[in-house]
Amino acid sequence: MPVDSFKYLPRLIGAIYETTDVQKEIPIPWTPLERPISECTFGLVTSGGLYQRGVEPPFDLQRERLEPTWGDPTYRTIPKDITSVELGVSHLHINNEAVESDINVLLPVHRFDELSQEGRIAGSSDHHYSFMGYQGYPPDTTAWREIYAPAVAEKFKSEGVQCVLLTPS
Amino acid sequence: MPVLARTLEAAGLSTVLVTMMPNWAEMIGTPRTLAVEFPFAHTLGAPGDHEMQMRVIRQALEVLETAESPGTIAHSNEVWPQEGKEAVRVWQPTEPSPIISVMGPKIRQLLRERRRKSSMSKPKE
Repeated sequence: MPVDSFKYLPRLIGAIYETTDVQKEIPIPWTPLERPISECTFGLVTSGGLYQRGVEPPFDLQRERLEPTWGDPTYRTIPKDITSVELGVSHLHINNEAVESDINVLLPVHRFDELSQEGRIAGSSDHHYSFMGYQGYPPDTTAWREIYAPAVAEKFKSEGVQCVLLTPS
Repeated sequence: MPVLARTLEAAGLSTVLVTMMPNWAEMIGTPRTLAVEFPFAHTLGAPGDHEMQMRVIRQALEVLETAESPGTIAHSNEVWPQEGKEAVRVWQPTEPSPIISVMGPKIRQLLRERRRKSSMSKPKE
């Protein structure tokens, strides 16, 4: 059965998605795998609004509260060995309890350690990255495309990453 | 999120996106996607359920390995363990987000108009 994108959305939020215009850009980018994934290093990216407490600030929710049509486009660096005490979550559009209790539901650092130990993948990078998924209404992803995602790509490549798993929230 | 996948892919990384919104991934166009019928904020499974998380991740890795062309979307057959109403409740913030507070009345009006139009366009028996 195909997944129903609207199954767990209240009608109000479903309607907001339905009334948001998006343009499909062709061609879709494509980087073929050049080696088996058992020889690939993985990076992880989520849009769950995660940050490392005491090291980086939360996403700018104060400005979003004042300007509800704006969302913070920056990113935060999450070390792979971050502890649950260090993990902060700043996102006004989801309930943060699940990821606060188990980071792996959005950023599967421990599952990827296990995959590395069993040899399914070569390893995962020392640093992963979080964005905050709400990019305003209507969404404006210009800063993601032009500034912040290219910066994350360069950081991943400097750590020898070939593959990335992405999880929205 | 599809925009992030596209941008990383264009920069030379091979990506796979796991998402609850495959229609969004399809509309924007992501390189490789695994769709899961899970509530928002629980993308890889339930907290503490390591086996479920690992099953989803393994499926995503298979998509990464086997997709032959950009725009590939595979659908996971994982079933969310909670009832529908609970699954709708579990992911939502304790108070509406600022944009929902602003847009809510306008969207509700739009939904009312849609319902009225659809009831007027129904053929009379």
